[in-house]
Amino acid sequence: MKAAFEFLRTHTFYALILLLALFVVFVEIIRPGTVTPLWASNALMFAAPLAIMGGGQTLVMLTGGIDLSVSAVATGSAYLLATNASRGDGYALAIALSLGVVVGIINGIGVALLRVQPLVMTLGTGLMTGGIMIVYSQQMMASQPHVPEFIQTLGAGKVATFVPVDLFLWVVIGGLILFGLHRTGFGRLVYAVGDNREACHLSGVRVWRVLFVDYLLCAILASITGLVLVGGTNAADLSLAESYLLPSVACVVIGGTSIFGGRGGYGGTIIGALILTVLTGLLTLLDVSEPAKQILFGAIILTLAAAYARLTE
Amino acid sequence: MTAFKAYRALQALAMPALLVVALALTKVAHPDFGAFDLQSLALGALPLALAAAAQTVVVISGGIDLSVGSQIAVANVLSASLMQHASFTQSLLLSLLVLAAGAAQGLVNGLVVAVSRIPDVVATLTAGFIWGGVALLILERPGGGAPPAYLNLASGQDFGPWLPNALLVMIVAIAAIWLPIRFTRIGLLIYAAGSDPVAAFRSGVNVRDARTLAYVFSGLACAVGGMALTMTTGIGAPLAGSYYTLSSVAAIVIGGVSLLGGRGGMVGPVIAALLLTLAPMDLIFLGIDPNYGQVIQGSLIVLVVMIAGLFAYFQDRK
Amino acid sequence: MQGSLIDANRPAAKSPALFLKAVGMGGASPLLSIRGVAKTFGAVTALRSADLEVAPGEVHALMGANGAGKSTLVKIITGVFPADSGQMSLAGKPALFRSPAEARRAGIVSVYQDPALVPDLTVAQNMRLARVPLDAVKAAMRDLGIENVDLETKARRVDFAILRLIDLARALASKPSILMLDEITAALPADLSDRVFAVVREWRQRGSSVIFISHRMAEVTALCDRATVLRDGITVGVTLTQGAQEKIVGMMLGDEVAKAAATPVARRPLAASTKPPALEVENLSYGHMLNGVSFKVQRGEVLGVAALEGQGQEALFDCIAGVRRAASGSVKADGERLNLRHPADAIRAGLVLVPANRLESLLPQRSIQENVALAGFGRLRDWGPIAFGAERLRVGRAVTKLQIDTRAAAEVRRLSGGNMQKVVIARWIAAGFKTLLCFDPTRGIDIGTKRQIYALLREVAEQGAAVLLFTSELPEIRLACDRAIVLFGGRISGEMGAAEASEARLMRAAHGLPHADSAA
Repeated sequence: MKAAFEFLRTHTFYALILLLALFVVFVEIIRPGTVTPLWASNALMFAAPLAIMGGGQTLVMLTGGIDLSVSAVATGSAYLLATNASRGDGYALAIALSLGVVVGIINGIGVALLRVQPLVMTLGTGLMTGGIMIVYSQQMMASQPHVPEFIQTLGAGKVATFVPVDLFLWVVIGGLILFGLHRTGFGRLVYAVGDNREACHLSGVRVWRVLFVDYLLCAILASITGLVLVGGTNAADLSLAESYLLPSVACVVIGGTSIFGGRGGYGGTIIGALILTVLTGLLTLLDVSEPAKQILFGAIILTLAAAYARLTE
Repeated sequence: MTAFKAYRALQALAMPALLVVALALTKVAHPDFGAFDLQSLALGALPLALAAAAQTVVVISGGIDLSVGSQIAVANVLSASLMQHASFTQSLLLSLLVLAAGAAQGLVNGLVVAVSRIPDVVATLTAGFIWGGVALLILERPGGGAPPAYLNLASGQDFGPWLPNALLVMIVAIAAIWLPIRFTRIGLLIYAAGSDPVAAFRSGVNVRDARTLAYVFSGLACAVGGMALTMTTGIGAPLAGSYYTLSSVAAIVIGGVSLLGGRGGMVGPVIAALLLTLAPMDLIFLGIDPNYGQVIQGSLIVLVVMIAGLFAYFQDRK
Repeated sequence: MQGSLIDANRPAAKSPALFLKAVGMGGASPLLSIRGVAKTFGAVTALRSADLEVAPGEVHALMGANGAGKSTLVKIITGVFPADSGQMSLAGKPALFRSPAEARRAGIVSVYQDPALVPDLTVAQNMRLARVPLDAVKAAMRDLGIENVDLETKARRVDFAILRLIDLARALASKPSILMLDEITAALPADLSDRVFAVVREWRQRGSSVIFISHRMAEVTALCDRATVLRDGITVGVTLTQGAQEKIVGMMLGDEVAKAAATPVARRPLAASTKPPALEVENLSYGHMLNGVSFKVQRGEVLGVAALEGQGQEALFDCIAGVRRAASGSVKADGERLNLRHPADAIRAGLVLVPANRLESLLPQRSIQENVALAGFGRLRDWGPIAFGAERLRVGRAVTKLQIDTRAAAEVRRLSGGNMQKVVIARWIAAGFKTLLCFDPTRGIDIGTKRQIYALLREVAEQGAAVLLFTSELPEIRLACDRAIVLFGGRISGEMGAAEASEARLMRAAHGLPHADSAA
């Protein structure tokens, strides 16, 4: 028994998979017959955008930072896409993604060059972006927003009945993140900068470049997340991704990445995103009020994060 | 006066000077700015000032509290639902209950941070989510109320048109929270814990307890903030809090409190709260779309921290 | 482990009574008595079985090489953490302290190298924080000659050396029965050190005891009555300090090693070279720390730098390595003048730095491989896919060459101090370099690893590199270097070949004294 615990301790990834399996079992227990291939495919479809946003958050948290502007960027990109679709799909897509690029650059300048604390910097840019969207939406009252076909397919479509289209996107992005983090020099530097920025400096690394690209990537991933989300809801809504901020941080923390940086990875985040998605589904099945669900959700995240903190002491 | 002392004096005067300038500009933009507008300013700024106070104490102790908004929401809906059919005296007694609840909330926050070993950013972010759920549990949608005499405590003008009650409540409440910290040992413990926990420990301070205490102060300030919101809006709204969390961080950043802990005071953030409330009002006076309010707030934060970063950058490059 | 310190299964290592008789203090019952204390941190055993006895009214030195366990023992005594086993008694009664506050209440106060003053509070506030009466502190400050310090200044604005003394004053103000001074004279200018000694002697007169930890033998023999020597976590002996310098060194190093440590590493004589020097520094200045330093290092040469604390050596190394920007002067590598704005500039020119504090340049949570390979990612074109095969080869070669113990390979923070330092050096071996800048590389490292590092520096020099070595331990100069320069007040105060670099001669130059004509 103790040996098993020790094994889980050093291979926390397996502990997470176990936890995920546990939650899936709970779902089946509470309402037998729920866990079907269709259910699984829906879970994957809903987990994908969270996992993509979590990917960006992982990149940033590995360097010891955090990005609180991701939900505003996601919402903003979605909104820009929907309101510019009338001018052509390609054009709308470009505008939407450019929001991520611009915010990413601003975040990068603040955090990487000016050494502003990531919490405060991204807080500010998040508010700025949200505020700009409010003003923009006022001026866009007249036009008719609509979501391009291909985005709708991306967000809500399925292939062969069970494979969600956004899963393909997730796999590609996830693959790139995993490859990047574990097999490229940039990935090594992300871990290194998070672990000891000064050591990197002394070894001839220009730390600001790493951080700049890091925050830029995070914002772009947030942008992409917005596109997937709006494809799923097919409506332009200014609070689209608001509820994704906490989960994007939570899935990274639960997945084993330390908020102080230098340790962790995207693999854990993937499972973390799946756990949170299944958990949300689990709570929906329970016959409790919305507020109670919210409380339970938060409490469970706290417990998981605390357990993780103890485990990896 | 040495150069350093002059610099420090300048720093201390910066925020009040900024406020005076802002008020002057407001008067220029809107010559009719009078007692009524002052009342609006005070009413609007009161809950934010208390949120800023809450955040200030926690940040000085070396932590951060991202659940401030949710705590205010809880106190808001709690007071509005309890006091709906109460008499004035009863409402005053119920206020004590809400204060106690706020302190308990703060204690829970502090213990979670201390015991769970989760970094405070994540812990309070999640706790905020939970408190938000609690607020919804108490009042599923906006409602409730309080006796008019109670509402008048903040929304009235019992001391003449130029001294709105809200302003008085702000001064009294914040003084009640800050003075014990400023002038007693409690404050030393909190500053020490935030400035250098190792040195503090070696000096005999229980750092964990000091930080937990800071969260309790935050809880109390948020409780007052929530009740102030009841007094100024007349109802309880479970989702009212979301604005206050991020704005409280904005207020302390603009108000010159270091996120690293151990430094700063209460004057800066409170004045920042006033400025953050004044800015949208000025926009209206100037005929600018008030929706720009959030953009301005976000941009203000970004500008302030980037400029501060620039200064530090040039200093380091010796 | 919580609970009492009593461990019935561990026999007393030595009979304290016999010892006391042997060292001439028989009869007086000890004020503090420690037997068989042990402490392990994860994989590292800091203390195996430590004994210590301090008589009342005694100044007792606690000695040992870095890593011998002195600081751990001190922290256990003062309640920072509990021992795993062993016994401790104070004035005859068993004692166990769970916090520094408890220890202080019992009369044991310690002063560490890092002043325990909160930077953002004023000095007066710090005193109130620690519940120390201000008058007592002022009196102690008068004794130490620092009564002019404005108590209302924030601690972070007080000069570091003075802050140390304030820390000491605070300790004295609580009227301790046992005062522990952990390397208090490190980084203190001589005049302040003298004041500390005067105060320590006075406290001894008053019947208090002092436990004194210091590396400086001269101080120990001048100030202390007896010395307890730790080696590898065990107390190996207790002796009167009078005339016992050699004996103490022998105990600290172990006699065999002490002898071996006294023989210089074998070296080939330096061939004359027509090529430009590997490193040439001309008139280098930095603030008031460096004032026009010039010297050359040839290929194949190990140049030693000796200096007391704070004479500009840190600024010198930082400027050459590109960590700080010199105000004036030039640095040339292989005859080419360098524009050093970032460590990357220096590294590109082949100048690499091994800092004293290895934690500064290591990635604690990453593996040995990642740490050693770190220098290979400085350029943008290295951001792409990693060639793992080539990397493993490079890293493996460096690791083998340095004989790094790879058992704790997964996380570098679990390595011993010596192995950590080897990882730092391995990084540069793997990346390639022309000139190695070593700043006190053997600080806090056990004697065996020290020897390995000296031999390595010698080997590296023989293969054509140049080495600039700063060391705070003067005997190292003769052991590892070909030549030496001495820094004093930001200037070079002496230059000599290894043969002439006796401790005495180096010491004179280090104090800014002119060279006496008679050989030391």
